[in-house]
Amino acid sequence: MTAAASLEAMIDVHALRQQFPILAREVKGKPLVYFDNAATSQKPRLVIDALVNYYSQFNANIHRGIHSLAEEATAAYEATREAVRAFVNAASREEIVFTRGTTESINLVAYTWARQELKAGDEIIVSGMEHHSNIVPWQMLCAEKGTVLKVIPVTDNGELDMDAFRKLLSQRTKFVSVVQVSNALGTVNPVQQIIREAHAAGAKVLVDGAQSAVHLDIDVQALDADFFAFSSHKVYGPTGVGVLYGKKELLLAMPPFQGGGEMIKQVSFDGTTYADLPYKFEAGTPNIADTVAFKAAINFVNSIGKAAIRAHENDLLAYASERLKTIPGLRIIGQAKEKVSVISFVVDKVHPQDIGILLDNRGIAVRTGHHCAQPLMQRFGISGTTRASFALYNTREEIDALVSGLEKVIKMLL
Amino acid sequence: MAAAATIAATEQEIVEEFSLFDSWDDKYEYIIDLGKRLQPLEAEHKTESNIVRGCQSVVYLIAEEKDGLVYFRADSDAIIVKGLISMLIRVLSGHTPDEIMEARLDFINQIGMMNHLAQTRSNGLLAMVKQMKNYALAFKVKNAAKG
Repeated sequence: MTAAASLEAMIDVHALRQQFPILAREVKGKPLVYFDNAATSQKPRLVIDALVNYYSQFNANIHRGIHSLAEEATAAYEATREAVRAFVNAASREEIVFTRGTTESINLVAYTWARQELKAGDEIIVSGMEHHSNIVPWQMLCAEKGTVLKVIPVTDNGELDMDAFRKLLSQRTKFVSVVQVSNALGTVNPVQQIIREAHAAGAKVLVDGAQSAVHLDIDVQALDADFFAFSSHKVYGPTGVGVLYGKKELLLAMPPFQGGGEMIKQVSFDGTTYADLPYKFEAGTPNIADTVAFKAAINFVNSIGKAAIRAHENDLLAYASERLKTIPGLRIIGQAKEKVSVISFVVDKVHPQDIGILLDNRGIAVRTGHHCAQPLMQRFGISGTTRASFALYNTREEIDALVSGLEKVIKMLL
Repeated sequence: MAAAATIAATEQEIVEEFSLFDSWDDKYEYIIDLGKRLQPLEAEHKTESNIVRGCQSVVYLIAEEKDGLVYFRADSDAIIVKGLISMLIRVLSGHTPDEIMEARLDFINQIGMMNHLAQTRSNGLLAMVKQMKNYALAFKVKNAAKG
């Protein structure tokens, strides 16, 4: 037995599936095959129960109440912050800011740190495989401040051109914002190396971890990332909760993002002082219930272990890659050496949308289109792909269903 | 000649055709076939301004008026969408602007298409209908100005 196989044996997929109520349902009269995990993962019973339990047992507004419910809700909310801190190995819980999601986390950095620190002519580097959420905030900043956006090109097999990255780095480079794992291709980028080289050039680095946090072990201190952003809902947690990790000294120096309650120390019409970290960045009543339930998702992932999850997902990736290659006219987009369990593909003379509609008719959920990464699609000269992304609860049998479904669907379309 | 039938009658025809199919696979086979048979648009019509906004795939739609009747032609790089628009053309083409603007197009619901397509794709279908009605309105306004 190989190491991977023995690890995989540690995951009892069929028992795990029982923990996800939604996986029991049918779509269009067929058992659901859910392969849209890179868009959002399904939620285990533990997470759903945590949400219900919060509203049933201790719903209250947090941080200022002196009654018991407020204390319990505050304790639960802050317990998630501690769980997140451990999940990404941040040095302190003050470095964990809750947001609405990765998009808001990135925007927060663009609106506060970057707006304060950058001036006309300064350069920001992103990569050619960014999600729109890691492109548009920087374009908006450039339009406002006169900063300049530079783009790391993507190679034919879907990796970052690191030589080109080095050539882009200069004294003008002040910020690098790069995705750790491509949502459209599954490519794992060498962010540790990018951070090291960017730091050597004097630039700060934000890592977009929206796709990586569910698959890879995240250690922001080992990475030496200045900022790290990810979302709960792609890590088996509720929607509407995101995380921004920031190094304490950076967060301290940053102006607040939004003004309001929760983020202040003292308010008067003569002047207002802001709350300590991380509350300075959490104006208004936060998404308490989903944040509380997010801890159940982190516990769930920790209880299985990322290594075991990865071994299982890598097995699915290898199996699916092999099986899909047997389909005539099918071409996998993104053949990076290091990938997570995401497969994007195109089929000759067939539009991804047609594949998506007809697979849906067979109960198979995939994503079709540009995956909010239009520049990357332009790079490959395509308008979109069909993407299947696998999670810990997926099985080889489901991949068989995808492959036979695809064969039928392509026959119908050609 | 299809133009002789009323819009409602053509809608009814389509509903009856679809009632013959047992499964959605059969319905899709039929729609795909319609898509394949729809005459492609010439390259000169495939311009930015002829693109229907709101569709996930690229849909081109053009319209012309002859003797007070509106005729549509369309194309898409996605075949199911092309089949759907082929049905819309069959129903609406060859009618007056008023008839087109007043068309209820209940057949889309009756054949189950609205429920069967994911929301984003239904929106694309609705975007096509809206664009066809917009063309009808534009011809009506133009005629009123002339008259």
